[in-house]
Amino acid sequence: MAHHNKEVIYGLYDDETDLMKAVKEAKELHLEIMDVYTPFPVHGLDPILGLAESRLHIAGFVYGSIGTLTAFLGMTWVFTKDWPIIFGGKPMWSVPAFIPITFELTVLFACVGMVITFYIVCGLGPGVTNDYLDDRITDDKFCLAFDTAEVDSAAVKSFLSKTGAEVNQKVL
Amino acid sequence: MSGHVSPIRPPLVTGNKTYHQITEDLISPTERVPSKAWIIGFILSVSVFSVGAFCILWTIWNGIGTWDLNRTVNWGWDITNFVWWIGIGHAGTLISAILLIFRQKWRTGVNRAAEAMTIFAVMCAGLFPLIHMGRIWLAMFIFPYPNTRGPLWVNFNSPLLWDVFAISTYFTVSLLFWYTGLVPDFATVRDRAKGMRKKIYNFLSFGWTGSAKHWQRWEYLSLILAGIATPLVLSVHTIVSFDFATSVIPGWHTTIFPPYFVAGAIFSGFAMVLTLMIITRKILGLEDYITVEHIESMNKVILVTGTIVGVAYLTELFIAWYSGYVYEQFAFFNRAAGPYWWSYFGMMFCNVLSPQLFWKKSWRRNIWITFFMSIFINIGMWFERFVIIATTLARDYLPSSWSYYSPTWVEIGIFIGTMGLFFTLYLIFCRVAPVVAVAEIKSILKTGGNQYVGPDAHHAHADHQKDAIIQKEMLDKDGAGTQAGNPTFTED
Repeated sequence: MAHHNKEVIYGLYDDETDLMKAVKEAKELHLEIMDVYTPFPVHGLDPILGLAESRLHIAGFVYGSIGTLTAFLGMTWVFTKDWPIIFGGKPMWSVPAFIPITFELTVLFACVGMVITFYIVCGLGPGVTNDYLDDRITDDKFCLAFDTAEVDSAAVKSFLSKTGAEVNQKVL
Repeated sequence: MSGHVSPIRPPLVTGNKTYHQITEDLISPTERVPSKAWIIGFILSVSVFSVGAFCILWTIWNGIGTWDLNRTVNWGWDITNFVWWIGIGHAGTLISAILLIFRQKWRTGVNRAAEAMTIFAVMCAGLFPLIHMGRIWLAMFIFPYPNTRGPLWVNFNSPLLWDVFAISTYFTVSLLFWYTGLVPDFATVRDRAKGMRKKIYNFLSFGWTGSAKHWQRWEYLSLILAGIATPLVLSVHTIVSFDFATSVIPGWHTTIFPPYFVAGAIFSGFAMVLTLMIITRKILGLEDYITVEHIESMNKVILVTGTIVGVAYLTELFIAWYSGYVYEQFAFFNRAAGPYWWSYFGMMFCNVLSPQLFWKKSWRRNIWITFFMSIFINIGMWFERFVIIATTLARDYLPSSWSYYSPTWVEIGIFIGTMGLFFTLYLIFCRVAPVVAVAEIKSILKTGGNQYVGPDAHHAHADHQKDAIIQKEMLDKDGAGTQAGNPTFTED
């Protein structure tokens, strides 16, 4: 979240079903939603909000493939080019014996890569402090936020109170 | 959230919890002054760990000669303990990964603590191969890195090296999985805290805001990590079993080892989760979140895996006889009737016979029986590794090398010390982090809360507590209950 000194109007709902109804109505009224904040992942919210599917799995596949290649080509290079040693009369390039480490490094690269990517694209990480709207969002309130630069404040306020939210305003 | 919930499915969260009560119940243990039980437990654990630390230093200072290992018994209590701890470390990722993929919602009550337990158990396990090397200051030789010795590389064909990769990967992935799950809950702690405490949890929560896009990515990440952690968890104990199975020692050189070790690992891991959860739920008052249903579900897994382990034992015996190979036959005869018969008996009794009690439903749901059984199973699984390792090695091909291996005080001290380390870490974890995943429990409330599902559920569209209570009173008069969001089943 960038620090723009945004003036934000937000409504806090008591239940995720109220929030989802409100999001749907806001979309119908073409109110530009800034973001939605919830204490837990609310299923069914993404399509209503129009969030695109996450591409994290593609990143994971790429990282995993890098791991596979690193392990397999690395072991191949070590045992056929850099320092060939015969173990127990087996071939230098003993592919079946490379499978376990290749698998482990695939998993390791995919996991570590995906986790780092996740934190970077979300703008989260050790030492990061993001301003947040309300302490109760991580407890039991479901928050629908609007940026005053993008919407008409009065209309949004009346919309939020009409849909049953507690209306608040804060500079982010 | 969505999806059909069977009306016969019992509730996973009892006590008519609201979202706020969940926060209150699960976060407050980290905010209170530690209880007397916690302080006593912590002092005890740290003392026991200090004994272990002393014995480890003693080993490093004086060398492996302080252990009772000898020419043929070159793996004794050290590797037994290593395999035992690694096995225990299998439950966490199994619960969080495999049960996530299978959509088993009861995992939410126990996954956080089980994952923590996994990480601590793997730390205890990893200690043993390191000190068993003798010269621990050369431990970095196990990693392949460009060095000035050639460069001389490690042997990528060796199962012992595969183990290095498997366990370090497992540890890293479990740690990342666990921490990413903790981030939103740390944010919940942060938003309730003040002063210094707020600063600390602000750091730990990585700036979490709860934005919808972040939650979407968070769920994706959890699901994909679960997907790749599932084969990983199976691979780890498979590779541990390769340490034995690829050797040419009778009694070790068997193809049944990988599945048999994996089943045994899940078996002992669940037992340790039960031991810890039964104590934790009592001390922290979490009976509404870790219910008898959770305990019963875990006992079912114990029954299945215990029976798989039992079948594996009997298969091994049968194959030894059927192979017609005298050395293999002797290895098994020696295990059951040799000088270590008591460990074989302990293994068979604790792992094969005792879990069969869980065929009876009322015993599966009995806390005391479960608690004692969980201890029994861990003793039995320790004996299993001892039988496989020490018993086999003490009776080599050459009768002139035969010996009776028994541990020295140093080996016993190190083993007990790792238990101290394990409980010290677990107790610290209980103080600083919510032991039950707060956000995940909230996400299953509407499909798992007892006011929504199960015999005490209120009427369908009862979204708010007050409606629910009114309807509950009405229903009590009628004497009929209906299911939330489900077709009504009435018998008139």
